[in-house]
Amino acid sequence: MNPAYSVIFFTTASGAGYGLLAWLVALAVIGDAPAPGEIPWTWLAAHAVAFVLVSAGLLASTAHLGHPERAWRAFSQWRTSWLSREGVLAVLTFLPWLLHVAAGAGFGASGRGLTLVAGAAAAGGALATVWCTGMIYQSLPTIRAWHQPLVAPIYVLLSLATGGVLALAGLAWFGAATPWAAGLVIVLVALSGALKMRYWRQVDTAGRSYTAGAATGLGRYGAVRVLDPPHTQANFVMREMGFVVARKHARRLRRLAALLLFVAPLACLAALVGTMAVASPPVASGGPGMAPVAAASLALLATVCGVVVERWLFFAEAQHVVTLFYGADRA
Amino acid sequence: MTALPQAAPNQKKLGLVIDLDTCVGCQACATSCKEWNDGGAASGPLTDVDPYGKDPYGPWLNRVHSYDVGEGDTSRTVHFPRSCLHCETPACVTVCPTGASYKRAEDGIVLVNPETCIGCKLCSWACPYGAREYDTSGGVMKKCTLCVDRIYNTHLEPQDRQPACVKACPTGARHFGDLGDADSAVSKLVRERGGFDLLPAIGYQPVNKYLPPRARRDVTTAAPSPVAAHDRPAPQPDGTPIERLFSWADRLLSR
Repeated sequence: MNPAYSVIFFTTASGAGYGLLAWLVALAVIGDAPAPGEIPWTWLAAHAVAFVLVSAGLLASTAHLGHPERAWRAFSQWRTSWLSREGVLAVLTFLPWLLHVAAGAGFGASGRGLTLVAGAAAAGGALATVWCTGMIYQSLPTIRAWHQPLVAPIYVLLSLATGGVLALAGLAWFGAATPWAAGLVIVLVALSGALKMRYWRQVDTAGRSYTAGAATGLGRYGAVRVLDPPHTQANFVMREMGFVVARKHARRLRRLAALLLFVAPLACLAALVGTMAVASPPVASGGPGMAPVAAASLALLATVCGVVVERWLFFAEAQHVVTLFYGADRA
Repeated sequence: MTALPQAAPNQKKLGLVIDLDTCVGCQACATSCKEWNDGGAASGPLTDVDPYGKDPYGPWLNRVHSYDVGEGDTSRTVHFPRSCLHCETPACVTVCPTGASYKRAEDGIVLVNPETCIGCKLCSWACPYGAREYDTSGGVMKKCTLCVDRIYNTHLEPQDRQPACVKACPTGARHFGDLGDADSAVSKLVRERGGFDLLPAIGYQPVNKYLPPRARRDVTTAAPSPVAAHDRPAPQPDGTPIERLFSWADRLLSR
């Protein structure tokens, strides 16, 4: 499949934004309510980052539309379409999200109940939106690499993992990272890494059951070879669905994605926990020490690069059944 | 609405039956389709970008492949027209987020409403047959309409109320009719010739059927003649003057 940059940006940016939202809600649940009159500026700034990521991603996702001005129509078919469900949930999630932020910032302890209820609804909506994104791909029987039960779970886990690394980096920059927060993010990064490895194994070992013979119905007469193509230049079908990255490059890029998205962040986060163990309690004056900030920032940088490579590969490695008509022997 | 319509008993299922035995790959169906639908009310225009340049690009609703099938002496050329199969349970309809892609309850034709399509291309991903092509100039998806603006068109003579591709086919390889009616000519053809579905395992239940190439009847399949040609008795001269003349010429030239 053609890896469209707008879709890669949308799924990675909005995914991380929704993951960050879920983590911020979790932090609000665990943390104390702000004192009356005190405005939690860093918490608000973190929500602003999540909001920008989610909104920029959603806006970018309309960039590949032929008629972006008609995008509102996509809210109508939630009964059958995962794309429509994604759109509906994305918009609905903004309501409890704004309520959560307003209540958390404005009402202090008196709005605690509202903050938590709205926060739970916002976090739930965020993860459900990402689940729908995954299901758009997972529900297509025409693309074997996507029609796998792990696709949507991995989308949600990677959203939580990338958002978690982002949240942890923010905490580290303000000297507020705690070992258990880092531990939770480590668990999520490791879990998403393990599932992604398992997914790659499944995709590689699952039989490619569709053949050119089955697609044309001519397999009963023997091997089916292209004699004459139906058109001299690539048409829409070939441009959109004929793109498959060379296997040799895919192997290298998979290793790169695994290194950047899982191995490097895990190493950096382990180092982060290590620095906290050494310098606990955190450096009293002059903010956090350099080591935790560097470790968390490196983890974030690797994660950002890694998730982009992972998402590019998700599209570029996927082979569509229609390629069988154009000379692929199996799909 | 992208929910599929409930299939009624004796549901009308308009579609095509394509004979891979008689198709000669002349592209007449593809070009007549492009011509009719470029100006047609249901899907036009089908604008080509750079039509006479190095990289012409534009939607066609019908594409004709040619395949070489089998090995050695028994291999054969099969021409293979490919267009929308107007499936009974098409995911291209149910994945559509706007309701622009729909299946008609009355005859099963799958259409795109160009007024509400947002051009997200998800329907083309859901189609295993490559039946949908995106129109970059119109920003909407295009597909076979089964010439819905011909088959019910009372301005046309009754014999012309057929899809353009069917009218254009010079070998009669394309048949149009109601595949939901077991007594229709197309249904009988499918039964007699063993018509088959493309990629039935995907589960969309295509309405269009393909008729397989017939068994070959040539030197590779013919039963050996009881008397081989070189064993046949040579013809005996009958002694007419013209034959004596040729015998004399033959002897003269054979020296």
